Amino acid sequence: MDEGFIDVKGVEKVFEVRKKAGFLKRERRQVRAVDSISFRVARGEMVGYIGPNGAGKSTTIKMLTGILTPSGGRLRVAGIDPSRERTRLAHRIGVVFGQRTTLWWDLPLIDSYKLMHRMYRIPDGRYRENLDRLVELLDLSELLDVPVRQLSLGQRMRGDIAAALLHDPEVLYLDEPTIGLDVISKAKVREFLRELNAERGTTVLLTTHDLQDIEQLCSRVMVIDHGRMMYDGPLAGLHEAGESERTLVVDLERELPPIEAPAPARVVRVEGPRQWLAFPASESAAPLVARIAAEYPLVDLSVREPDIEAVIAKMYVEQTEKTANAGNAGNAGKAVS
Amino acid sequence: MGSGRLYLAVAVGGFRRYATYRAATLAGVFTNTVFGLILVYTYTALWDEKPHLGGYDLAQAVTYVWVGQSLFKTLANGGGGVESELMERIRTGDIAVDLYRPADLQLWWLAADLGRAGFELLGRGVAPFVFGALVFDLALPTDVTTWAAFLGAVLLAMVVSFGIRYLVALSAFWLLDAKGVAQMVMFTGWFCSGMILPLNVFPGALGEVVRTLPWSALLQAPADVLLGHADPLGTYAFQGMWAVVLLAAGRMAQGAATRRVVLQGG
Repeated sequence: MDEGFIDVKGVEKVFEVRKKAGFLKRERRQVRAVDSISFRVARGEMVGYIGPNGAGKSTTIKMLTGILTPSGGRLRVAGIDPSRERTRLAHRIGVVFGQRTTLWWDLPLIDSYKLMHRMYRIPDGRYRENLDRLVELLDLSELLDVPVRQLSLGQRMRGDIAAALLHDPEVLYLDEPTIGLDVISKAKVREFLRELNAERGTTVLLTTHDLQDIEQLCSRVMVIDHGRMMYDGPLAGLHEAGESERTLVVDLERELPPIEAPAPARVVRVEGPRQWLAFPASESAAPLVARIAAEYPLVDLSVREPDIEAVIAKMYVEQTEKTANAGNAGNAGKAVS
Repeated sequence: MGSGRLYLAVAVGGFRRYATYRAATLAGVFTNTVFGLILVYTYTALWDEKPHLGGYDLAQAVTYVWVGQSLFKTLANGGGGVESELMERIRTGDIAVDLYRPADLQLWWLAADLGRAGFELLGRGVAPFVFGALVFDLALPTDVTTWAAFLGAVLLAMVVSFGIRYLVALSAFWLLDAKGVAQMVMFTGWFCSGMILPLNVFPGALGEVVRTLPWSALLQAPADVLLGHADPLGTYAFQGMWAVVLLAAGRMAQGAATRRVVLQGG
C-alpha cells in the first residue's frame, strides 16, 4: 500500500520540434512537455489531474499507458513499466477520452462490447455479470441495439465508460469525461464514478477542465502547468497554495463609510448598507465577524467560499508572470541549433 | 486461442459495418454494371481490330472486364477500403485510442479490411458478374477446381491490396495528411492492376515491369487463374511473396511510426 500503485519519479518527456527558420533552414527546438514530475497514487485513490491546455496532462497519461516512452525518469503502474509492456498493462487499465470514442461508429453498442469481450479475453461469466451491472448503473438497456452514431453525446459517453470497465481494470484514466454533457448527464457520470471507486476500489486518475468534477469526486488534486507539478495535495489546501480569499458580506443597519477592518482583511465593495470584505481563505472568519459585530450595527452576514476555478486561474497567472520575468526565453523551449 | 477469435470478431464487424449502407451498395452495383458495359464495348472494338490481343480471345477479354468490375471494391485497387478511416484516425489523433488496446494494430486493420472485402465481394461483386454472364458470352470455367483456385487467388489479392493501402495510410503519421499519396496510389493502382487494360497487352519493358509490381497480384492474377491463363500455384507464390513483403514493410513502418510519433490533438 505504501509503495504507490502508480509510481512516477522524476519523469520527463522532451519532444523535438522543427521550426522553419528561413528558406531551407530548419531550427530544431526541444520542448519539455513534462519536466521532472514525481507523484504516487495509492490503490483505490481518486485523484484529479488538472492544468491548462498544453500543460502536459495528456502527455503524462500517454506515458502512464505506455503509448509514449518517457525521455527520462522512472514510471511504474501496478509494478509494470508501461512502455515496455504496453499490451500486458492494457489488460489492467481502462481509458476514457471525452472527445474520442472506442466504440464502433456504424454498429449497435452491444457489438462493441462483444468485441471488448474478445479483446480483453474476459471469461464469459464475468463478462455477462459486468455487462449486466454496467448496463443497469449507466442506464444503457435501451441503447444496446442502437447504432453508436445515433447516440447522443451523453449516451455515447456512458457507453464508452462501460466499454472501458468491462474487463475490470484496476486503474481508470478519464480524460474530460463530462465535456459537452448537459447537467443531468454530468451528474449521472459523476454518481457512477463515485460508486465505482467506493464499491470496487478502482483507482481513478481524472483529467478535466470542469472543476465541479474534481470538487465532487476527488479528495486529492494535482495541478500541472508547463510540464511541472504546481500543487499536489488535498482540495482544501489548494486555496492556501493559490492564496485565495473568502468574501464576507455584511448588511449594516444603515449606509456607513467602509468598515475599518484589521489587515489583511479589507473592504472591496460598498453598495448602500451592504459591504463586501475580502480575507485570506486560510484564516478563520470568526475574529473578523466578532469585531464587526462589536463595532458596527450588524443586521445580517454571510461568507462566500472561493471557487477553485478562480484559485487555479490565479496560480496560472502567477506562474506565467514568474516565467515571463525569468528572461522570457520561452517558457520551456530551448533552442539547440 | 483468444486472439484468433478477436480478429475474427473484428472481421465480422468489418463485414457488418459495410453491410449497413444498403443504398450505397445498390448505387455501387449500378455504377460497376454501367462501367462494365462501357468497357465491354471499348474492348470489343479493340479486339475486333486486334484479335487475340494479349493472348485473350474476345470472350476472355469480356470476362476479364466483368471480373474487374466485380472485384473493383473488394480489391480496392485504387484505395477506398479501411485505410481512409485509418488515415483519418491518424490525422485527428483518434489513433491514440487504438494504441491503448491490447491488440495488434496491423492485424486489427487487416481483419477489418478482410471483413469489408468479404462484404464487397458478395454485396457488390456478385450482381454485376451475374449480369455480365447473362448478357454476354463469357469464357467461364466449368470445373469447380478452377473456381476454387480463383477464390484462393482473390483472397491473396485482398491481403496484398491491404498491404499496399496500409503503407499508404501509415504515411499519414509523417505527412499528417496522406490524401496526396492516396490519390497518387489510386491512379497507379488503377493502371498497374490492369483495371484499364489487362496487363498482358502491354508490350516490351513496360509490360515486364507492370507484371512484376505488387498491383499485378490484385486483378490480373485471379483473372488469369479463372481464365485458365496461369498456373494457380505459381500465381499463389507470386501473390504470397508480395503479401509477405508488404506486410513486413507495414510492420516496420508501424513500429517506426508509433515510436517517433507525436500523437495529434493533445
